[in-house]
Amino acid sequence: MFNSSSDNVKKLNSINRRMFITGSIKFFIMVGIVSRLFFLQVKENKKYLTLSDKNRIREWKLAPVRGEFHDYFGNVIAGNFEAYQLHIIPEQVDDFRYVIYRIKDLLELSDKEFRKVLKKKNEIKPWETLIVSDNLNWQKFSKVNNHLYDLNGVKPVISISRNYPYKENFTHLIGYVSQANQDDIESTDSIKKNFVPGLKVGKVGLEKSFEEKLIGTNDIERYEVNAYGRRISQLEFQKGEKGKNLRLTIDTEVQKLTNDLLKDKAGSICVMDIYTGAVIAMHSSPSFDPNLFVFGISQDEWQLIRNDPMKPLVNKTLQGNYSPGSTIKPIVALSALENGIIDTNFTVKCTGKTEMYDQTYHCWKKKGHGFVSLRNAMKQSCDTYFYEISRKLGVDRLSETAKKFGLGEKVFGDLFDIEKKGLIPNTQWKKNALGKGWLLGETIITGIGQGYIQTTPIQLCLMTAQIANGGYKIYPHIVSEDKKKVHPADKYTPLYENSKNIRIIKDAMFGSTNEVMGTSYRSRIDNPKYQFAGKTGTAQVKKITERERELDLKTFEIPYEQRDHALYIAFGPYKNPRYALSIIVEHGGNGSTTAAPMATKLFKLIIDRHVIRQLMDDKRYLEI
Amino acid sequence: MYQHTRLTTNRFGFFQKFKNFDYILLFCILLLGFISLTTMYSTDGGEVLFHTKSHFTKLIVFTIMMVIISFINIKYWFAVGYLSYIAVIGLLIATYLFGITSSGSQRWINLYFINLQPSELMKIFIILCLAKYFHRMKIENVNSVYTILTSLIIIILPMGLVIVQPDLGTSVLIGISGIAVLWFAGINHKYFIYTMLGFVISLPFIIAFLKPYQKLRVLTFLNPDRDPLGAGYQIIQSKIAVGSGGIFGKGFLKGTQSYLEFLPEKHTDFIFTLFSEEFGFFGSAFLLIIYAITIYRVIVIGASSRSYFAKIFCYSFGAAIFVFITINMSMVLGLLPIVGSPLPIMSYGGSSMLATMIGFGIVMSARVHNQQMIA
Repeated sequence: MFNSSSDNVKKLNSINRRMFITGSIKFFIMVGIVSRLFFLQVKENKKYLTLSDKNRIREWKLAPVRGEFHDYFGNVIAGNFEAYQLHIIPEQVDDFRYVIYRIKDLLELSDKEFRKVLKKKNEIKPWETLIVSDNLNWQKFSKVNNHLYDLNGVKPVISISRNYPYKENFTHLIGYVSQANQDDIESTDSIKKNFVPGLKVGKVGLEKSFEEKLIGTNDIERYEVNAYGRRISQLEFQKGEKGKNLRLTIDTEVQKLTNDLLKDKAGSICVMDIYTGAVIAMHSSPSFDPNLFVFGISQDEWQLIRNDPMKPLVNKTLQGNYSPGSTIKPIVALSALENGIIDTNFTVKCTGKTEMYDQTYHCWKKKGHGFVSLRNAMKQSCDTYFYEISRKLGVDRLSETAKKFGLGEKVFGDLFDIEKKGLIPNTQWKKNALGKGWLLGETIITGIGQGYIQTTPIQLCLMTAQIANGGYKIYPHIVSEDKKKVHPADKYTPLYENSKNIRIIKDAMFGSTNEVMGTSYRSRIDNPKYQFAGKTGTAQVKKITERERELDLKTFEIPYEQRDHALYIAFGPYKNPRYALSIIVEHGGNGSTTAAPMATKLFKLIIDRHVIRQLMDDKRYLEI
Repeated sequence: MYQHTRLTTNRFGFFQKFKNFDYILLFCILLLGFISLTTMYSTDGGEVLFHTKSHFTKLIVFTIMMVIISFINIKYWFAVGYLSYIAVIGLLIATYLFGITSSGSQRWINLYFINLQPSELMKIFIILCLAKYFHRMKIENVNSVYTILTSLIIIILPMGLVIVQPDLGTSVLIGISGIAVLWFAGINHKYFIYTMLGFVISLPFIIAFLKPYQKLRVLTFLNPDRDPLGAGYQIIQSKIAVGSGGIFGKGFLKGTQSYLEFLPEKHTDFIFTLFSEEFGFFGSAFLLIIYAITIYRVIVIGASSRSYFAKIFCYSFGAAIFVFITINMSMVLGLLPIVGSPLPIMSYGGSSMLATMIGFGIVMSARVHNQQMIA
């Protein structure tokens, strides 16, 4: 009993001691857990709160609404419209086959279109949106809406899409939008930032140049989602900003006329304000309907455009390098006058051809012009006269003047990535580029705008404008807000040495259009309100052989590709000029018969529109 | 002394028993039950659905059962010590033979009215059995080879039966329960130290024998970002839930991690995560304090018991409950690898609650009959 009792005491002592140890350990473990809780919930709370929000909140970006293009008078030339679309998220559809066949019936999709949809479906991930149809008409859209009970997982969507109401009229100027591809996303930050599947971005023209301004910002929808990604509730809708609207200097009426004039022809017309540099119209023909590209062009239509021999995809105004032909003559004459090579009394006898450096150079008029002075030579476009003065002038001095007046350089700077520089040759250039010495014979043909010399239509227009405004530098622009940005100061920089020389050239151009024997005399307008002065040009696309010269074929007898380009530059009204233009009709034959008559129609409209434009400006001024 | 015993025994009238009740412990248990019920209501998304209803029924039934158990004299619980152990071993064997397989392990046995998980019961009955084994043992014999071997067999047999289910987590917890008794019984502390050292040294070899999914758990514990959508998902989401709760929590029924279903196993092992997300640091600390008071009361009851059996049972049960709680919490707080271990009373699950309530019932019985001597 005693033993047992002492044993019990021992046992109790042992268990109590151990209980004490255990209790202490428990206490420390408890403290450990509380400090862990403190660490997670108090110290690291922010971090985990962010993670928790990241878990539960998901953003859906919607395509931003693109800014519009307006012409000078506020007409929408590239706008937006509501496109009816049909979207499916394959993951959310129970029986995809059934639904897709049902849609095929409802929308009357052709087998080809249907296969395309199926192909697209295989390319995307199951939770991504499959756009079955991106531009449905109202009938089909409402038909689908009526059958929605049967089409589980199909979403009819009204989406904002690009619309070009004037179709082919502005294609080359504005360009078009189409689905953004990998290159677009990588090259432009604003596209990367705002990208959503199906986003349409500018591919060419001003749509591309002003992408940053036009694109706008996404609408953002924030949803609370569960662990499986199902949307539980919408938390927020953040309205995006619409892209900036851009007002152009273009006059739609004039632009439409340029399109009409060049219908079925390949060529370009541009019209410019000679004081402000505002581009009134700029068209390249043939054109195409940019709306075709918005929802992806069909293969057939694409092939048709691509294989057209008149090259609709080329913006001839900016990309077309043409020999200027006789339209360069005002610059040649001006250069000779400025450098003191000739004066107005200098005469040359034209016999129809002239022998220089063992070569025969022909004037366009076989019989010759007889004795011609500067004014007459310009008026009748006597080649012999210009052979002679350019020989005396030399190519280097000529190129200097030409460059001063904007040739051989991009007119719009970086605005269009496709714009070509043209080419104003000189001896240095030839040595560097071709590694050969300059031949004197090359100077002679440069004097009539043949040979190496190449200009774009917009350069010719700028050149004409700068002659017409009395020889002052202007800065061409298309977006009306750009005027101040592009124009560095209010004062005009003179490009001439002696302003008298400019007047001589303008007077000679007046003669060319408004006096008997002038090359564009038949296209003149006698009414001083519309009266204009110009210079024709006919650029050979190939060297004329002696045999062809003897045959003297009419334009329609020559194969299309071998016909001459017809050119015309002009400014008007002659008294108190305001606008300059350049016209090029590819393979149009003769400048005076093909290109100059277009100017007649153009000036009538341009000058009538000028009054309206002026009223508009005044009104704007009053509104401020 | 015999006389004395009889006298005290006579005083165990029905009302006396009520008077002897530990009302603080009872209140804590009921409070925990209430908290678990509201949390369960939250896991059901703020509606009284299956889990809430079922949990409520179990709470009522098992609380009543606990009171009944506490009215039965502690000496009868002493008497059934071995028998209950053998019965649960029998159930484990039956589970091995005809158990219900669910998500890859055979843990449940269909008893027609309830699907029972005998391994959960073993966590308590192993304490009961070992407490009885050491009750009459002389202190000199405690450290004899025979005693140690016998007690180790008593521990290892159910562990083995649970490991083959396979259920490493519960098996380890059974082991811990058993070892707790050995500790309080006075087995030389050197053995514990040597075993601990041996365990640490052999850890790499043990890991080599682990099943691939168990290895993955260990690796995930060491670096949860290894595979955030796969193995690390549970622990990462759990930490996010707890961490985002902050000081005061997101509010009742406002735990986004839970109702948006980012939390795994939110009814069972991860119930503390949900509670902690909705009630924050203060709520969690409050819950811990309730648990601490509960365990403290259990120890106080043990200390005031006259019988060695009651003492050793209460201490060991208190230690075991403490380990269950801390392992569960450490697991959801990212301090331990994920082992399936429910939080006592809070977690959904009948067997676990049944075992816990039986344990509390026996503790309460020790309190009610604290003057009872066991020969």
